[in-house]
Amino acid sequence: MSVRELDAVEAKVATEPRRVNKKELWSARGLLLPAVIFLILLTQVPFVVTIVYSSLKWNLLYPNDRGFTGFDNYKSALTSGDLWPSIVATVLITAFSVILSVLIGMLFAILLDRDFRGRAIARTLMITPFLVMPAAASLIWKYSMFDTNIGILNWLSRALHLPVVSWSTEHPMLSVVIVLTWQFTPFMMLILLAGLQGQDKGILEAAQVDGAGTWRTFTWITLPHLRMYIEIGVLLGAVIILQVFDPIAILTKGTGGTKTLAYLLYERAFIGLDVGQAAAYGVVTVILTIIVATVALRTLFKVFMAGGSR
Amino acid sequence: MLSSKRALTFGAGALASALALAACSSGNVSTDSGSGGAAGGKVTLNLATVNNGQMKDMEKLKTEYEKANPGTTVNFQVMEEGDLRAAVTADVASGAGQYDVVTIGAYETPQWGANGWLVDLTPDLKSDSSYDVDDILPPVRDVNTYDGKLFAVPFYGESSILMYNKDLLSKAGVTLSENPTWQQVADAAKKVNSADTSGICMRGKPGWGDLFAPLTTVVQTFGGNWYDDKWNATVNTPEWKQAVTFYKTMLDQSGEKDPVSYSFNECLTALKEGKAAMWADASVAASMLEADDSPVKGKMGYAHMPVEKTKQSGWLWSWNLAIPSSTKNKDAALKFVKWATSKDYIKLVGQKIGWSNVPPGSRTSTYEIPEYKEAAAAYAPITLDVMSSVNPKQPGVNPQGWVGIQYVSIPEFQDVGNQCAQLVADYIAGRGSVDDALAKCQTLAQAAGDKHKS
Amino acid sequence: MNRSVKGSLVTLLTWVLVLAFFFPVFWMILNGFKPESVASSVHPKLFFSPSTEGYQLAMDRGMKGYLLNSLTASVTATIIAVVLAIPAAYALSIRRVKNVENALSFFISTRFMPLAAVVLPLFMILKTLGLLDNIYMLAVVYGAVNLPVAVWMMRSFFLEVPFEIIEACRVDGAGLGREIFRVALPLVLPGVASAALITFIFSWNEYFLATLLTSSAARTTPPFLGSFVDGRGQFLAVLSAAATIAALPVIIAGWVAQKQLVRGLSMGAIK
Repeated sequence: MSVRELDAVEAKVATEPRRVNKKELWSARGLLLPAVIFLILLTQVPFVVTIVYSSLKWNLLYPNDRGFTGFDNYKSALTSGDLWPSIVATVLITAFSVILSVLIGMLFAILLDRDFRGRAIARTLMITPFLVMPAAASLIWKYSMFDTNIGILNWLSRALHLPVVSWSTEHPMLSVVIVLTWQFTPFMMLILLAGLQGQDKGILEAAQVDGAGTWRTFTWITLPHLRMYIEIGVLLGAVIILQVFDPIAILTKGTGGTKTLAYLLYERAFIGLDVGQAAAYGVVTVILTIIVATVALRTLFKVFMAGGSR
Repeated sequence: MLSSKRALTFGAGALASALALAACSSGNVSTDSGSGGAAGGKVTLNLATVNNGQMKDMEKLKTEYEKANPGTTVNFQVMEEGDLRAAVTADVASGAGQYDVVTIGAYETPQWGANGWLVDLTPDLKSDSSYDVDDILPPVRDVNTYDGKLFAVPFYGESSILMYNKDLLSKAGVTLSENPTWQQVADAAKKVNSADTSGICMRGKPGWGDLFAPLTTVVQTFGGNWYDDKWNATVNTPEWKQAVTFYKTMLDQSGEKDPVSYSFNECLTALKEGKAAMWADASVAASMLEADDSPVKGKMGYAHMPVEKTKQSGWLWSWNLAIPSSTKNKDAALKFVKWATSKDYIKLVGQKIGWSNVPPGSRTSTYEIPEYKEAAAAYAPITLDVMSSVNPKQPGVNPQGWVGIQYVSIPEFQDVGNQCAQLVADYIAGRGSVDDALAKCQTLAQAAGDKHKS
Repeated sequence: MNRSVKGSLVTLLTWVLVLAFFFPVFWMILNGFKPESVASSVHPKLFFSPSTEGYQLAMDRGMKGYLLNSLTASVTATIIAVVLAIPAAYALSIRRVKNVENALSFFISTRFMPLAAVVLPLFMILKTLGLLDNIYMLAVVYGAVNLPVAVWMMRSFFLEVPFEIIEACRVDGAGLGREIFRVALPLVLPGVASAALITFIFSWNEYFLATLLTSSAARTTPPFLGSFVDGRGQFLAVLSAAATIAALPVIIAGWVAQKQLVRGLSMGAIK
């Protein structure tokens, strides 16, 4: 059964008219409430506190100079000129990492969809980068891969008589993107592999019999089938990568246009130590992400909501 | 999105009280975080410290202290420098009281002391003649003193020196004096530089404690500084431009290939592996270059930090132990701090771990121990010489309004320093001009300086 | 013949690419067995006399305690997330509340919130409540971070439960509890496993919150790993060793439960 058919079944179940009486509705709310209250307590309350902080003059290192400042923190956040480059950096890093990991993930998914000796082992090895702790992964790339003296990449360059590459200095964004792509390719591969394995093999064989080449079969049949999986991978990957912080802190410290919003926020809070200003940056970032998220969510709903417009 | 908005308002209403509590508590609310009180004579001390060799040795030796002081357990929390700053600052500033002993840099001590966050150690240390507080190296004592009070005691101290690989230099026919100038060093680096080996390794990693530690000393010896004595920022001066351009040119011509990745550890590796011939950095590096597993052991030469217009250009840094006022175990904490910074502790390290691992740069008497003199013959004399001759009250050409060499001891500095380091690093990487970088940096520095004009 | 040659070539290519991709992990494991000076040698060494010094040092510095804390935090967070997600997801799929979309977007929008923006306020609140350095509090926070994904995931599993089964059960007059736990839940156990696995992985690897919200008694493994990053000296070997130990539980969990991982990662959208 293809995914689309499954969708159709889900749609039927989900939208089936039911006699919903009041009592049932209340019990349903009762079921939902614990999770909602829990999340409000742990995410919305700190956020409200953040809003309160954002109106305060409060540098941790000036404990005796605290007070209300109204919108001053927002003024300085918006006029500092830090936000726009950060937005650009966040968008570029997220976009490049997601696109590359989808492409490479697709390549691996196709290769691992074939039957060959040791496929299970190969797949298992492929998953591992996603499971390594992100901070450890960045450190390992910095020292054992990128380093100009002891890194394997430059050891290879030297062995092939190519010029040595100064990754973090010359290609800061690429370095960050490489590490992220490495970590997220397995993620995309797993999702796409599931998509490939859900394909109707009969249709593929029929296409082959009809004389369609491998490439045509792929672009005409497989890709359309994979569309939903790609969308899921892109959206979920983006949600996680948007918040990524470790590779930037470890590889570039925000130079060369890699200062993402997550890193900027960290800097304001823990290097600036200005609670009020950091909170203002935080609120602005949350508003920005909510705007982006709303757009992203629409697409997400299309993918996830049974009986959606697709 | 509608429901999340609703949820927001709901949260605001229902939990306004909790919020008010959190927002307004001034740090007097204490928490019990498992550091058992003094009840029954059992005390657990929570110690936050930075991850470097000397601290890890202390972690190993803490059992000796626990044996000598039954009932006391010392719990070590070792952190990377950035994490330590974030965690300890949040804790101490909010008065959370999770830590009984904290490790702070010379940059923090005077500021935190002024805020009343630290226990004044002067009376206890002065009255204890066996502790011999005057034995602590005078410049290190100066940077940890605020308003005549000693708020932290050094566990380990360092200056900066020039280290060079004698083999590589002599192969290129270069000799260096004990007190070289930067120009001589740059020329030497150029001569030694080859496709395989860089002439010099200097920090380029953006960060006030990374790139700007050596670069500030270069600026100062070129005649510049962050501020004049009236807190006017002086970053857009010709001296700064000259110093920063000099630094970049030297790196371009004969430095390591990937400066943005390079700080202390990366240069250490490069030197050990013979991938760089010279290195101006923390004096403690010498003990690592002379360690038993080091390929360059015995091949290194050491000189004073290069100068231009000043007589000395070494920096001054120390990691210190301090006791937050929010601790509930002040007496036990004090006892431990005294033990860990005592003369006896230094001997203990020498006997139990090795004489070359002794924490350097804290006490004059360390340099009189025969075993240490022998083990550290290559670098101990120059370290003591440099550390006693630097002047943290006026390191540069002109007088300054704070005590400290490679940093400015105002709260805003780590932020200003970091942002400027990113700008300069972009310039070093060839993205933008020196004038732009310094002009932006000047604006940042001035905004911070304005808060300190009186 | 020609075809099988082509096939073997593709298999060869696959292995080359897979091994190249896995190489950094392999190198990390290998570095963990090297003496420090060999790990940071200019000439990468495949063969050397292995030393377990790095592992020894990591364990000597009390890694076991941190691993236990990580386990407590991750398991507790997983239980919290799953226990809260099951009824909520049920209400969003079988027992329908109004505004399902609103509720779902509320859940997921909390996942978009940048942690760095709320961590200082969270610190202050926990300080006021005396809950800093409390492993269960950390678990509660992790539970909240992962709950949205768990809800989304569980929901799409519940959507698959044929409505007829539920209806039959209601006709029998079974209560709500029985309806969920005796009838629907057994049908979606793979979903529970997926949600649990994902929560476990993300909680196990979390670094930032753990560094700030714990100080000693409740410290978890990631900040402990960070403590090997030495400001004055080389640390690649010992860090690699410690990182290998730290990653092992998650790697094994991921390897064993690959299917659940796929479903979990896609928040249940892929069956």
